[in-house]
Amino acid sequence: MALPLSYSIRNLWRRRLTTSLTVAGMALVVFVFAAVLMMAAGLQKTLVETGSSNNVVVVRKGSASEVMSSIERKAASVVEMMPEVATGISGQPMMAKEVVVLIALKKQGEEKASSHSNVVVRGMQSESISLRHQVKLVAGRLPRPGSLEVLVGNSIAKRFQGVGLQQTLNWGMRTWTVVGIFDAGNTGFSSEIWGDVDQVMQAFRRPIYSSLIFKLKTPDAFDAIKTAIEKDPRFTLEARRETKYYSDQSEMMAKFLRILGTTLTIIFSIGAIIGAMITMYSAVANRTPEIGTLRALGFRRRNILLAFLTESLLLGFLGGAIGLFFASFMQFMTISTVNFQTFSELAFKFTLTPGIIVESMIFALLMGLIGGALPALRASRLKIVDALRAAT
Amino acid sequence: MLLLKILFRNAFHNKLRSGLTILGIAVAILAFGLLRTVISSFYAGVEAASTSRLVTRNAISIIFALPISYAEKIRQVEGVKIVSWGNWFGGVYIDEKNFFPNFCVEPTTYFALYPEFVLDGLEKKAFLFDRKGAVAGRKLAAKYGWKVGDAITLKGTIYPGNWDFVLRGIYRGRDRTVDETQFFFQWAYLNEAVKKMAPVFADKVGFYMVGLSRPDVAADTALAIDNIFKNSQAETLTETEKAFNLGFIAMSEAIVTAIQMVSFIIILIIMAVVANTMAMTTRERTGDYAIMKTLGFGAKDISFLIFGEALVLTLTGCLIGVALTFPAARIFGAELATYFPVFLVSADTVYMDIAAALLIAFLAAIIPTRHAIRIRIADGLRRIG
Repeated sequence: MALPLSYSIRNLWRRRLTTSLTVAGMALVVFVFAAVLMMAAGLQKTLVETGSSNNVVVVRKGSASEVMSSIERKAASVVEMMPEVATGISGQPMMAKEVVVLIALKKQGEEKASSHSNVVVRGMQSESISLRHQVKLVAGRLPRPGSLEVLVGNSIAKRFQGVGLQQTLNWGMRTWTVVGIFDAGNTGFSSEIWGDVDQVMQAFRRPIYSSLIFKLKTPDAFDAIKTAIEKDPRFTLEARRETKYYSDQSEMMAKFLRILGTTLTIIFSIGAIIGAMITMYSAVANRTPEIGTLRALGFRRRNILLAFLTESLLLGFLGGAIGLFFASFMQFMTISTVNFQTFSELAFKFTLTPGIIVESMIFALLMGLIGGALPALRASRLKIVDALRAAT
Repeated sequence: MLLLKILFRNAFHNKLRSGLTILGIAVAILAFGLLRTVISSFYAGVEAASTSRLVTRNAISIIFALPISYAEKIRQVEGVKIVSWGNWFGGVYIDEKNFFPNFCVEPTTYFALYPEFVLDGLEKKAFLFDRKGAVAGRKLAAKYGWKVGDAITLKGTIYPGNWDFVLRGIYRGRDRTVDETQFFFQWAYLNEAVKKMAPVFADKVGFYMVGLSRPDVAADTALAIDNIFKNSQAETLTETEKAFNLGFIAMSEAIVTAIQMVSFIIILIIMAVVANTMAMTTRERTGDYAIMKTLGFGAKDISFLIFGEALVLTLTGCLIGVALTFPAARIFGAELATYFPVFLVSADTVYMDIAAALLIAFLAAIIPTRHAIRIRIADGLRRIG
């Protein structure tokens, strides 16, 4: 015979102020816990979605990002002719030979500050867009090949100065006109500016490509072309699947978030567990005569233990639910920061996944359970006579 | 005096609850202190930067280089005392996980310009005479067990291939705020290799460090330097070292803001815990307060009691938390040495800890105090039975 659930609920309701303070503390902890997880998930999602597993990125061996890489034209042509590279409808290889540089741009609302953010400028070819199915033009038009016209990703267009439609930018003693804005969804491309590859090379005096991106003829041809490229004595290049390439780039940032997240959560949860403990201990102390009566009526020790554990689990559940409720609003927020590894601007959203909901809820219940365990144990250990005597 | 005695008795009346509350506060203050230290470590590079040094770099962005010929032109600008230059090398030691900043610099001028890097006279001489020589910071050398004379190989990420160096010296910081995890070698070594490998990229400099004769001419000198190279192939952007370093932090501002927000959330959490404790204590003591009121104690005395009790709890917790922050920061700093070369608890952090504790005590006591003052004597006494 167990004590009904309503007994625990009523007890919580009776002591509203204390309950709400405890729940508020727990909700804040769950909020932070969920927010950090959502941030890491958002970062990962952005960088994973940036790649497609059918595409291969080729960079110079040992370079951590496209910006550091250099590939000579001769080497690029050799790779272009490899049989594993897919061909388009008119028989052309589906490969884009690109050059990637960083330029410093000012963010909006920071007119006075001297601070800049590094934005990726990608010199692209006609295949560049068709290889990235996520990229869609949302305003203006595509630049004419060979011209000084650029496309701007929507994350950049929103957050930086002077990159609206028809506005002009100055780099390398040339004037570039923004003719279109593209949306690449939740991908890193949304934080880039795209111009013509030959013009960008000329302007920045980099007569070499940074990376080659191509589509595989068949998805399983990757191993073959990887060996072919990496064993070729004419150049020192390495090939990675596009998805792998982008997830490698998020490693350092993800590690930083992980260390920060775990440390914070551990420390914070100690605070919340202590809060739950204080509440439950006083719940037990205030209800000692009641517990005596229950025991005298025939309820067993484990019934009492269970009732108090339920009560603290309820506290945890409430905290978890409220914390998650507020955390879900964080999905409307976009973080724009610099990726330590590539040193360039990257915007990503907080992303709530079912996994995070489950993890946060388990975490909240666990806090309630740990906080309530000792007080519940004390309640169940009370002797009937002593407990009843406390009434007078 | 009597009230004070009651106050302390009250604070430690329920030992379990007071103990838990104090523990909670200590943990929160510890977390708050660590987070503030993380934030101040972000700015450590800015704090350490001198106002009498300028940094000149390519106006397009930091990844573009400047010709070496600019050195002479910058030297002729009025107010410039000394010019040094360097490149970010971006080499990796064995594995990508072993990250540390590595630069090549023009050695003689660089050490003249940065007196905070203290290098033994003999070691400096050895470094200057060896084209393949390198100098590492004390912490860096300790981390990998390097000794002077050791051969070190870095794998280039920007400049391909394996690069061999001989460690000729280990520098120390002039004080504790100096970054001791850097690695320097000779710019000429890099340049000669690049000349053979890719002549297009030879004779290029990543950034110039400019020493000024007086700090107050910084703005004018910076402008004068940029004006020389206006409308050239490589325009320059010159700013004080402080602004230059601040620019790097501004890029990851979102993260700093997030940490800042989180550090305030912990205060909120612990506020909820302390408020809870105070609410419970005053509820239990409603009868006591009613009796005190009957005896003629006024609202002032009762609020003194409650606020005092909250203060005793939070300040005790705060003291323990602050005491724990220092050893915790040492462990945390060692763990995150890759991200934060300098991780020191500043005096400001301790002041903020105390301010936070006072704030928590004050806010947590307001509602219970109001409640205790408002309650009518008869109602309060009735609660006993």
